Amino acid sequence: MKWDWSAVSDFMPYFWDGLLVTLQILVLGSLISFALGLVWALLMRVPTRWVTWPVGAVTEFVRNTPLLVQLFFLFYVLPEWGITASALTTGVFAIGLHYSTYTMQVYRAGIEAVPVGQWEAATALNLPLRRTWAVVILPQAVRRVVPALGNYVISMLKDTPLLMAITVLEMLGEARLFAQQNFQFTEPLTVIGVAFIVISYLASLALRALERRLVH
Amino acid sequence: MSTDTHAPFEKQPEKPGGAGDATAPRSTGELIRLERVTKRFGDHTVLDNLDFSVDAGKHVTLIGPSGSGKTTILRLLMTLLKPDEGRITVDGDQLYPAPEKQVREIRKKIGMVFQQFNLFPNMSVLRNITEAPVTVLGMSKDEAEVRARELLEMVGLTDKCDARPTQLSGGQQQRVAIARALAMRPQVLLLDEVTSALDPELVAGVLDVLRDIARSTDITMLCVTHEMNFARDISDQVLMFDSGRVIESGSPEKIFNDPENERTREFLGAVL
Repeated sequence: MKWDWSAVSDFMPYFWDGLLVTLQILVLGSLISFALGLVWALLMRVPTRWVTWPVGAVTEFVRNTPLLVQLFFLFYVLPEWGITASALTTGVFAIGLHYSTYTMQVYRAGIEAVPVGQWEAATALNLPLRRTWAVVILPQAVRRVVPALGNYVISMLKDTPLLMAITVLEMLGEARLFAQQNFQFTEPLTVIGVAFIVISYLASLALRALERRLVH
Repeated sequence: MSTDTHAPFEKQPEKPGGAGDATAPRSTGELIRLERVTKRFGDHTVLDNLDFSVDAGKHVTLIGPSGSGKTTILRLLMTLLKPDEGRITVDGDQLYPAPEKQVREIRKKIGMVFQQFNLFPNMSVLRNITEAPVTVLGMSKDEAEVRARELLEMVGLTDKCDARPTQLSGGQQQRVAIARALAMRPQVLLLDEVTSALDPELVAGVLDVLRDIARSTDITMLCVTHEMNFARDISDQVLMFDSGRVIESGSPEKIFNDPENERTREFLGAVL
């Protein structure tokens, strides 16, 4: 096996395209999972079964079926019902939805970890429920769960190649395409492998910096 | 005890930032009434068919062994708990049973200071005090801040406006919590073992602030405490609780110097 630097430089334009797509998936997918997970977590606290039962059932279902199956389902089955979206949009939504079922549990733990005295103080000050959530409970809950949320971002990064299965050309997709066309596998796969490590590492550094800032 | 408990502010003109200034006209006569109130936790009856009332402007201290239901009364009045049976009225309005909207109105008249302070750690000291006046009372931010600074001056913490609660000692946190409760201009202040969580050397500072408030305002105080000297100082009336019932009540002189009930004597013998 020999290493061919010219194959690396030939691959680079495709690599940058793939990197951009991977980062898009990661950023948008994370935002969706953070937002949707919070929505699930809050809905699970609505004091009626008519809300908690369906939300619980749906999120349990999504969490316990493979992301790959969900991707195929959303990409190939939904169009039959007249719902169409680009592969990238579908993929970003699927990965965001999938991870939201994990982040909801992170939020739940964070919300439950806020001492009951905080609720009592808010009641004693007559703060409306909404305001209590917005300025007392959630700021404290979210601060506690930033590390756990960050771990899911890194986890999600490692799941982004699954989107290749629905034709999204992220890093792995670009590498595979290049490899098949040029019969050179080592160089493109090595390049994207290194890229995954670098992104994970930078993400964890950013996360640690954020944690430090939140803790003061 | 003096019957003139509606102490006007002019009594202490050197304390313009006191807690009771510029409040709505105070009611006189009976302010709080509990009728046949029962509260159970599981099989355990904490309050047993309790009748109990407090007149406006009075300082009432609840004493008794732990588990006797003192704190439960404060928590019922603050609507942190609901009674299983009975009726609670505040200033003539029914607090329980009552619709949520009415509860919110009545709650404006009541403030509470907790054993564990319960300050909001994600907000500055100043914001802890201004948050509720701005969002609940609709006060302007500037007005709320001016008042918050006055209250901080009263509790001796002017320099801590921008500090976070976690940067303060327990005694300082509790004094902020007192300022925060007073910022809502309540007619009733509920004090739930406010010095129990403090290091011994920090207790005096908090009690001094409370003595000051008791002396210089006409606020009604309901106080659960194990600080008997403090109770003796500020109280108009002391209620001795045991097993969810008031077993003896009277002036602090009477209760502390000449208790009639055997249980009261035992309890005071153990704590004094």
